[in-house]
Amino acid sequence: MSTPLTALSIRGLAKRFGTKIAVDGISLDVPAGSFFGIVGPNGAGKTTTLSMATGLLRPDFGTAVVHGVDVWAQPLEAKKLMGILPDGVRLFDRLSGEQLVTYAGLLRGMDRAVVAARVGELLAALDLSQDAGTLVVDYSAGMTKKIALASALIHAPKVLVLDEPFESVDPVSAANIRDILERYVATGGTVIVSSHVMDLVQRMCDHVAVIAGGRILAAGTVDQVRAGASLEERFVQLVGGRSQTEGLEWLRTF
Amino acid sequence: MVAHLLRLKLTLLRNGLKRSPWQLVGLAFGGLYALGIVGMCVVLLVLLRQEDPGLAQTVVVLGGSAALLGWGIVPVVASAVDMTLDPARFTTSAVPMPQLLAGLALGGLIGLPGLATLLVALGTVVTWTRGVLPAAGALVGALLGVLTCVVFSRVVTTATASLAASRRFKDVSGIAFMVPLVLLGPITAGIFQGMAGSGAFLSELAGRISWTPLGAAWSLGGDLERGHVGPAGLKLLIAVATLAVLSWCWKLLLERALVTPPFAGSSRRKGGRLGLFALLPGTPAGAITARALTYWFRDPRYSGSLVVIPLLPVVLAFQGSQTNDYGVLMITGPLTAFLLAWSISGDVSYDNTAFALHLAAGVRGVHDRLGRALACLSFALPTVLVLASVPFFITRDWAWWPSILGISVGVLLTGLGLSSVVSARYTIAVPLPGDSPFKKPPGNVGQTLAVQFGGMGVLLVLVLPEAGLVLAQVLTGDPLFGWINLVLGPVLGTALFIVGVRVGGRWLDARGPELLAQVTVNR
Repeated sequence: MSTPLTALSIRGLAKRFGTKIAVDGISLDVPAGSFFGIVGPNGAGKTTTLSMATGLLRPDFGTAVVHGVDVWAQPLEAKKLMGILPDGVRLFDRLSGEQLVTYAGLLRGMDRAVVAARVGELLAALDLSQDAGTLVVDYSAGMTKKIALASALIHAPKVLVLDEPFESVDPVSAANIRDILERYVATGGTVIVSSHVMDLVQRMCDHVAVIAGGRILAAGTVDQVRAGASLEERFVQLVGGRSQTEGLEWLRTF
Repeated sequence: MVAHLLRLKLTLLRNGLKRSPWQLVGLAFGGLYALGIVGMCVVLLVLLRQEDPGLAQTVVVLGGSAALLGWGIVPVVASAVDMTLDPARFTTSAVPMPQLLAGLALGGLIGLPGLATLLVALGTVVTWTRGVLPAAGALVGALLGVLTCVVFSRVVTTATASLAASRRFKDVSGIAFMVPLVLLGPITAGIFQGMAGSGAFLSELAGRISWTPLGAAWSLGGDLERGHVGPAGLKLLIAVATLAVLSWCWKLLLERALVTPPFAGSSRRKGGRLGLFALLPGTPAGAITARALTYWFRDPRYSGSLVVIPLLPVVLAFQGSQTNDYGVLMITGPLTAFLLAWSISGDVSYDNTAFALHLAAGVRGVHDRLGRALACLSFALPTVLVLASVPFFITRDWAWWPSILGISVGVLLTGLGLSSVVSARYTIAVPLPGDSPFKKPPGNVGQTLAVQFGGMGVLLVLVLPEAGLVLAQVLTGDPLFGWINLVLGPVLGTALFIVGVRVGGRWLDARGPELLAQVTVNR
């Protein structure tokens, strides 16, 4: 069960939307200090699972415990420990980037001077200083993702839960973000990321869980899960559903 | 090629209707409405045939000029231009420019506004069937006029296309459009009064306008009827030249637009300006107040309703001036208080999924409620106090002043408390972030109406004590009831405000995730 060494412990999480079972009893232990990847095909239940684990979506069954604090019994305490980057939600985009991150810090009850110092450093680290005063509504997709990440980092959480953090982020920024996250893990923080990009997960993460159809197909260290093959090969093997590459002969008749 | 473009336009129209039967119903209602207006105009034009040529000329020229202006202004302000034949979509098809222009111009006539204008313009031919020459002149004028309308509207929309694509312009035009909409009553009444009082002025105005590009085309029939052949010839030249110059401008603009797509970006800005976040207390509630206030000024969905408030006394004063009874002005204060307080009853719905930040940060419900309510209160209280007092400078009936102040403040505080509860529990259908305040919102209309009317009903019950005191003063004429109201309104209001914020906060703590799930449906 959840020891102090477990950053996030999920037991039997399940969620149904109408007749569709989105998450079908997921249990998972994320060790403290790990860089944990969650991979799965579209509609596998990754976002639903992460939303339930972070207190954004009430589960039908199951519990989630962060560093010994039950997310659904003591939500305010649990949320202090977590930094969350949800996927597919809007931001308060009529604020400037700087205002938005400041807002996220003040909402957490942080001291104004501390917030101001951290906002400056975060924006510089994410290469957003030049656009600090631009309204978020005028940001590009990648910049929006980065400012949302900054809002999740501002209070120095013990656990970071990032849903698709690299989507539409340019390669240079992605490398910068990866550096930030790796240093964060090296000093004892825990990062949980969901992603489609197997290659990235294999290089970046030390643990991985494969989710499909609302269930966990495999979980463990990256080396355990990939069992000698590349993560992508193993993923395709586990999830299945590769269509035969026959047909479409006309495509070669130009 | 031209026929091809017209066929494309018709196909697009037909497929649009096939998407849903409601589209057809919408078009049918729009069609009936347009048919009603067109019918009225045509009947008027037919009747004008029997009237004095001078009067007929005045009506035709002024009406035509107004139509031309409307074609130029309405699409820009209402962002309602029909973009099914957006020239930008033909960039890759290499259509020769003359054919493209002709096709787009004629395509502009397909659709309700185009057909309606064409029919009414042809109605002017009936007005001038007093001889062969006037009728022929009117026909040429009508065709020229309608084409000028279409080309003018295309010139304006093409010229402003890159402007209209920018967020700032959309924000501002959406708000600016509120003003004439609210003042519609006084404006139309004013115009009718002006018309009734000054026939001579109007006929002179029509005479002047008929020499300008606005009215030249529409004056041909009337001038020929009255035997002014020379002036009619000159005006024909003016009308043709207008159409030619506009077409040439359109061609230039279109050539440029086809190779330079609209650019919606804005300049980069360095930081250092935290605005209200630096001024207000650095607590969760303080930050929420700063955020909400920033939105009141930056988000057109909020600021649109701010624009309406100062116009309210104008509309009411106009009502008063019609009946010479300015007593109605006294409801300005309570009405403003109600509108402002109720405007935050959909606050979480306005946030949409951005509300997830509050949930993820673990904001306590009571801080969330308090921050939003204080933001509204900070400017609503002075506004309500001023607007509740202003009428008394006109009516000079100061005996009612304390009572009205009391009930206004009571309604404001009670309303804010109630809104804090309502928006913590129910979502309503509102325009999405970034959409125009006029856009029809997605979502459940039934629930929206139930929540809105239910909430207003509850508010009426909650302010019964204040209303009762006003009634008591009406019945007894004793000003003491007014002074009691001045004390009771703020006291009772403050109590209900605190209760509302607390109850709303508790509900939000309990049901935050459910609320987020509800707004997620309408994303």
